[in-house]
Amino acid sequence: MAKTAIEAVGLNKWFGEGEAKTHAVKDVSFDAYLGEILYVVGPSGSGKTTMLSMISGILRPNSGTVNIEGSDIWSLGTDALAEFRLRKIGFVFQDFHLFPRLTTAENVAIPLILQKRNWDAALKEAHADLEIVGLKDRAQLPPVKLSGGEQQRVAIARAIVSRPDILILDEPTASLDGDTGRNIVKFVREHILTDQRCIVIVTHDSRIYEFADRIVKMEDGKMMKIERTNLENLNAQ
Amino acid sequence: MSGILHIAYKLLVNDRSKYAALLVGITFAVFLMIEMTSLFAGILTRSSATVINIGASIWVMDPAIQTVANTIPLPDYALDEVRSIPGVKYAVPLYSGSALLKLPDGVYQAANIIGLDDTSLFGRPALDGGNIEDIYAENAFIAVKDSEFYKLENPKVGAEFELNDHRGVIVGIAHVASSGLFGVPTLYTTYNRALQYLPNTRFTISYLLVEPKSPADVASIKRQVAAAGYLALTKDEFIQKISNFYKYQTGIGTNMLIMTVISFIIGLSISGQTFYTFVIENLEKFGALKAIGAKGCELISMILFQAAFVSLTGYGIGVGLCAFIIWLARLYLPDYAAIITFSNLILAFIMVVVIAAISSYVGVRKVLRIEPFDIFRG
Repeated sequence: MAKTAIEAVGLNKWFGEGEAKTHAVKDVSFDAYLGEILYVVGPSGSGKTTMLSMISGILRPNSGTVNIEGSDIWSLGTDALAEFRLRKIGFVFQDFHLFPRLTTAENVAIPLILQKRNWDAALKEAHADLEIVGLKDRAQLPPVKLSGGEQQRVAIARAIVSRPDILILDEPTASLDGDTGRNIVKFVREHILTDQRCIVIVTHDSRIYEFADRIVKMEDGKMMKIERTNLENLNAQ
Repeated sequence: MSGILHIAYKLLVNDRSKYAALLVGITFAVFLMIEMTSLFAGILTRSSATVINIGASIWVMDPAIQTVANTIPLPDYALDEVRSIPGVKYAVPLYSGSALLKLPDGVYQAANIIGLDDTSLFGRPALDGGNIEDIYAENAFIAVKDSEFYKLENPKVGAEFELNDHRGVIVGIAHVASSGLFGVPTLYTTYNRALQYLPNTRFTISYLLVEPKSPADVASIKRQVAAAGYLALTKDEFIQKISNFYKYQTGIGTNMLIMTVISFIIGLSISGQTFYTFVIENLEKFGALKAIGAKGCELISMILFQAAFVSLTGYGIGVGLCAFIIWLARLYLPDYAAIITFSNLILAFIMVVVIAAISSYVGVRKVLRIEPFDIFRG
């Protein structure tokens, strides 16, 4: 049986007070396992991003716990939580958020540099990861000189450079054309996923559902767990 | 340099247009601030040139005197009164006035005339040419080779001129610590010759120069001089009095202060606005860093480093530029009064630190307020 990477229990999150109160995530519980790609899908405003932020230690839930490696990450202090994210979670943002004034290799090395690694050693590791994503020859270029697909790969290299157990991809195909987006997720499936890593992808791009191990659908802040075998049903909804 | 600061450095200098704008803002502000305060320092120093060059420990004068140039003559008996005060080692008279010289080519030139005590020649300048004893020769004057020297047509020893239909002869060329403020050359002669050559009022002593037996006697000498109806000031007090006059009783100090404040505001405006834009443009990236795991203190250190780096670089360039401009100005304008003092440098440095602090404060607030969740939310 696969080892649990994330255990979310009874997560609730609301914004605002009184009549303006919006209940974004309602009593969500689920597990994510090492060695799997878990999709969180649903329409805009269904609470996907809010839930993703809570399980990755970015947004504090109003109630509920997120257990990673057996302890509740929301019991940690601010700095300890930042350190936890730095060492345990890799992020691939929807708009990549690469620094245009740094080279591609320097962008990739950022998590290592935040871990106080030596500059040259961090760059060396960044070069190695750029090789994994097939961009070794682009290492000295600024990200703005790269195509959208290449920038996405740089963002993936940055996310995996510190060897995190959990990888969070937020709408990885939203800024890419159909083929490029599909290729990126296929690449993640084939090269980034390992037995010791859990990948959570938030998306509403049905063209990439085939690369999921399990797909979870969210709607109005509530969550339905749907196994991989129910893919056809999900598409039909 | 730690890795995070290395990133901050690269983010700053690789954004060349903003880096240049920041540097120009700081450099321009520093240049203006130091130039203004240096001009002021130059004016203040030159306004006290006679006090600095003569070098007496205590100056006795009429209490109504405001600057060394505007003398109010003291009666001759004042010399005896002061000499009789216990604690006075010696006291000598000094003449300070102005005259119109007729140079060999017929041109008239105003000049300061300093008449030194005949017996002691106390306060005499150091000579570059000629002998000090020659000051006792007939019609003898010593010309000071300062920034105004050329206005005497660069005389050599033996050169002649006319002063109130008297013949004058240059018997020595001297140098002094400071040139005067009013752009006229200076001639030294003896006290009695100055009285002979220049029209005088009933009283003739401009200042009494006093040397105390010991520093402990200064206070009692000042008290007894005051009791006699005069004012005794130490050299530093007299310089301060003259400075205060120019600072507070002329428009010079106010204008310089206004210009310095305007320079500060210009620098703050350019740098603050550019730095704010720089931070805003990178705000989402800072948010992404925060999401990845950068701590608040690390982001603050990045912004402070960027502000400090650009400020110190701009400060260095500004100081260098100011020094160069002053040097260049003096090549063509020998009497250009500007002195870069340590006080000027420290004042400009403090103002640059304030500019950097205010500029970075806005950036720090923005960066600390950005939530990583906003990055996800778009």
